Amino acid sequence: MNFLNKRDKAAIAQRVAQDIFDGAYVNLGIGMPTAVANHLPKGIEVVLHSENGILGMGPQPAAGDEDFDLINAGKQPVTLLKGGAYFHHADSFAMMRGGHIDICVLGAYQVSVKGDLANWSTGEVGAIPAVGGAMDLAVGAKETWVMMDLLTKTGQSKVVSSCTYPLTGLACVRRIYTDLCTLSCGPDGLRLVDTVEGLSHADLVNLIGLPIQPASSAGH
Amino acid sequence: MINKITSSALDALATVRDGATVLIGGFGTAGIPDELIDALIECRLRELTVVNNNAGNGDTGLAALLKTGAVRKLICSFPRQTDSHVFDALYRANQIELELVPQGNLAERLRAAGAGLGGFFTPTGYGTALALHPDGSPKETRLINGRGYVFETPIHGDLALVKAERGDRWGNLTFRKAARNFGPVMATAAVCTVASVYEVVELGELDPETIITPGIHVTHVVPIAR
Repeated sequence: MNFLNKRDKAAIAQRVAQDIFDGAYVNLGIGMPTAVANHLPKGIEVVLHSENGILGMGPQPAAGDEDFDLINAGKQPVTLLKGGAYFHHADSFAMMRGGHIDICVLGAYQVSVKGDLANWSTGEVGAIPAVGGAMDLAVGAKETWVMMDLLTKTGQSKVVSSCTYPLTGLACVRRIYTDLCTLSCGPDGLRLVDTVEGLSHADLVNLIGLPIQPASSAGH
Repeated sequence: MINKITSSALDALATVRDGATVLIGGFGTAGIPDELIDALIECRLRELTVVNNNAGNGDTGLAALLKTGAVRKLICSFPRQTDSHVFDALYRANQIELELVPQGNLAERLRAAGAGLGGFFTPTGYGTALALHPDGSPKETRLINGRGYVFETPIHGDLALVKAERGDRWGNLTFRKAARNFGPVMATAAVCTVASVYEVVELGELDPETIITPGIHVTHVVPIAR
């Protein structure tokens, strides 16, 4: 199936950014979710947290202005905004576990209908395992959102009844933003938030192969 | 008189023995005490356990230490990097043991050691493959107010190597930007803490309001060139 209106990475990032509120403390993990920072709505103030000990993280510096003592979780040079602060690792992760981060956005290999997350290992034999801060973020932030393509390269849904890859956290994901739809998940299963134009609820149920409750009129 | 300024990194490491647990600060490129690691390499120790967030980059610093075969076991959260080829080769050849720890558990286990705690219950890792001991047996878990927690134990160091920015003869330290990362926590968790500094200042010159690591946690301050 080919979807003309599929969201590209920037469009998914933009869709995530629409749901981030003024004053939110947000962690964007590493990789794909960091693009959300480029799409935050104008006129709101969002404080970005980086696990290595930064609040108020700003965009990457101009070429030549890099400071390798000031890097993000992905080890790329960043800047500090006015009002920003530095702190050590134990404080940084206490901030996460203590529920002080409003939203974290992570990539994923699989998310279950109940919100179980698998994003740190495919369990491949011989692969070198690495987890970093994923498990702390997944269970620590007030809301954990996932940003990913809905289907694998071979067309399998990454939203599943239960994860087959090693788990990052149990029942921790609230929202799933994908190239084809936005879903909420949790104890009551999947609920539709939106789909791209031209993709019906029935099409989506067909793609995912799991029941999806209709979008709630009372918001989400 | 207290004078923790030690001009030679080798002298600062004189008490370290084979089999020691060495906590090494740094995250990615920031805060890696390369000069102190180089001195540790010169000590030609064996059977070390090293604690660092990563597993070395390129061929210098921690990667160079690993390459000498001095390290039996690495405790870290994110060994896999685009340039972690030294660790990758040792791991694939079964020449190094890896204990993978979620990053916040790593930081808190070090904090617990420095704070004299026997351990702590954390939600991080509950229900996952990392809620297991290195031998594969399950770690103790507990439901607290309906939520699952895993019991994690402290990580004590015989030696901590940290990179600071400025220091005085009492061992008070300031850090620079995100190079602070694990430094202040590791400094509390080791029997002997060696800090490199770019600048040694007179007692009283560091604003007491901005000292991040008080000298009580520091054994030696080693000046290095910027």
